Amino acid sequence: MMTGAEIIVKSLEQEGVEVVFGYPGGAVIPLYDKLYDSPLKHILVRHEQAAAHAADGYARATGKTGVVIATSGPGATNLVTGIATAAMDSIPMVVFTGQVALPAIGRDSFQEADITGITLPIVKHSYLVRDVNELASTIRSAFYLASTGRQGPVLIDLPKDIQMAEAEFSYPQEVSFRGYRVPGEPNSAMVYQTAKKIGLSRRPVIYAGGGVISSGAAEEIIGLAEKTNTPVVTTLMGKGAIADDHPLSLGMVGMHGTYYANYAVSHCDLLIAVGARFSDRVTGNLDTFAPHAEIIHIDIDAAEIGKNVGVQCALQGDVKLVLQELQRRIEGKPQSEKWLEQIACWKEEHPLTYEQDGDEIKPQYVVEQISELTGGNAIVTTEVGQNQMWAAQYYKAKKPRCFISSGGLGTMGYGLPAAVGAQLGCPDQLVIDISGDGSFQMNLQELATIVQYQLPVKIVILNNGYLGMVRQWQELFHEKRYSQTELIPVPDFIKLAAAYGIKGLRVQRTEDVPSVLEEAIKYPGPVIVDCVVAKEENVFPMVPAGGSLTNMLGG
Amino acid sequence: MSHILAILVENQSGVLTRVAGLFSRRGYNIDSLAVGQTHDPGVSRMTIVVDGDSRVIDQVVKQLDKLVDVIEVSDISGDEHLDRELVLIKVEAEPEVRGEIMQIVDIFRARIVDIGHHSLIIECTGDAGKIRAIENSLKPFGILELVRTGKIAMVRGQKYGEG
Ligand SMILES: Cc1ncc(C[n+]2csc(CCOP(=O)(O)OP(=O)(O)O)c2C)c(N)n1
Ligand SMILES: [Mg+2]
Repeated sequence: MMTGAEIIVKSLEQEGVEVVFGYPGGAVIPLYDKLYDSPLKHILVRHEQAAAHAADGYARATGKTGVVIATSGPGATNLVTGIATAAMDSIPMVVFTGQVALPAIGRDSFQEADITGITLPIVKHSYLVRDVNELASTIRSAFYLASTGRQGPVLIDLPKDIQMAEAEFSYPQEVSFRGYRVPGEPNSAMVYQTAKKIGLSRRPVIYAGGGVISSGAAEEIIGLAEKTNTPVVTTLMGKGAIADDHPLSLGMVGMHGTYYANYAVSHCDLLIAVGARFSDRVTGNLDTFAPHAEIIHIDIDAAEIGKNVGVQCALQGDVKLVLQELQRRIEGKPQSEKWLEQIACWKEEHPLTYEQDGDEIKPQYVVEQISELTGGNAIVTTEVGQNQMWAAQYYKAKKPRCFISSGGLGTMGYGLPAAVGAQLGCPDQLVIDISGDGSFQMNLQELATIVQYQLPVKIVILNNGYLGMVRQWQELFHEKRYSQTELIPVPDFIKLAAAYGIKGLRVQRTEDVPSVLEEAIKYPGPVIVDCVVAKEENVFPMVPAGGSLTNMLGG
Repeated sequence: MSHILAILVENQSGVLTRVAGLFSRRGYNIDSLAVGQTHDPGVSRMTIVVDGDSRVIDQVVKQLDKLVDVIEVSDISGDEHLDRELVLIKVEAEPEVRGEIMQIVDIFRARIVDIGHHSLIIECTGDAGKIRAIENSLKPFGILELVRTGKIAMVRGQKYGEG
């Protein structure tokens, strides 16, 4: 016989879990007692939100399922933003929360929160365990659900008495669900039809989203692009699906996408959407989105097909399998020479650019230098705001899973804990959090976690003294009425670093940027680089919200 | 247009919340919802009537189908089906009008299931049209209370869930 707490630890071992991110409290003391003797690596974060983001960053960097533990009540509610972030971006995660003992549920007991209720709209599925005999199979099911199909977070609420009750332990290998099926092979007639459409197209574009990354289909995307000479635009989540410097890559599409990506989508005759969900940040005005195109939508989630945009051809399945099958079926290459010439013209005439004037450091330049120094081979996490968009625009990612950013929810404070998770998942890789002065302050308590586990994460703060992205909107659309967007004071990040025992470097002149970044990258431990950048720089191009992709400011 | 969705779900706590929550979260309106256990005690069946064009309904069905506890969903409005609803109506009924009310009850093949000093409770089963009609007929007497079960529906012939 084993206690529930032991069963949880043994089940995690059975799942091959190497690291869990958590924070203890009354309702999980029995579980933590068993973790004490376990070989499982537990990372003690300094705020539960960070546990969820770190597990999420770990999952994005490694492709494995992230695991989180928190106590009941406030511990559990602190996870909400982290779970929602993972849900919006379809990240596999299993979350364990403590709960008051079964007889105490429903009585507003101390630290009781209905976390399965609270998280209902932001989980793929959730369980409240009521019988210790079902604990192991519940854990097996949770890992299965989180990591298959369209991935996502699954929550298991663990009443304290369940953790202490005893049962026989046997870990099920099989799972069975009456109401859950993982889509596999696509319909071959549809694949054939799609292959034909691609061959007949004159102006094709591939639009690659986060699904390409999660299904491990980067190779297949590049294969399809090269075989058919089709240019590729990526979403924020799809960044890395094709190297940003690949000749067929057009960079990011959407609100802050490149001129040529947005023009390509707006003029193509065939749009092949792969693992993407036609988010409003990508499409702008739906009525003018890809107006000349037939749309092929390849996605694992049937509910995405036709959700925002009507499509002519839908292939439901794991995008990796669909793309493999599609490539086998492709015979004719589209005659797209003229189209590629046109795109080359757009690229030439409207490159991504910024003005390098005066002595102020341009934030874009900082990102460009990071890109150059790392060769696009580092894992970059981002915060949210201008820093995120500049990172997306100017960091030339070489491979999948090395650009980690909160896309759907846009969660400030994500990047630092995500970097913690990514670094733990990939100890031999260089991990850099491209941060903003505002976002950094939302989870800076994690500096302690970084120090405790000696994680050599580099934090590059693009310090503009503003909630820059909001300020940009106020400048452009509200007559520069900077309502509550100036951050006074911004703390002295170097002193702050020192308080945690972290190396701090400040850079104030453009010419020092490369050497300071290099020093940071070479340094074996964690570093904060405080880049004092131009305060009122804007992210361009920009499609105003709800506008047409061809109507770009600063294109 | 109104659509009738037949949904088989795991008979587990929380399922109703998951289903209802999905409707409100995604902005779909439930016109009527009825739920109860099937002949398999592990499975409940919901009948949900929802208004929307075919694109909305397509989304509703697909989103419902994604819920792990939802075993099967189908829009049966287009199929040859029966639908029924049960209504209880408490109507004001002083002795001098009881005869008239009983005639109405007969016409609708409804039943009087309780007699009070000043009121009657009438039980009536039928499709939406019949329910509306009896309600209208009884209105002039003064309806004191009315409760309906929500629509339940079944496709004729072939067995749903095994087709
Ligand atoms: C948790 C959270 N709160 C508020 C916002 C709204 N928001 C989006 S960008 C932004 C400004 C971010 O400021 P900073 O981190 O300094 O980045 P910058 O835009 O200046 O690069 C804000 C407040 C958000 N995305 N997330
Ligand atoms: Mg800022």
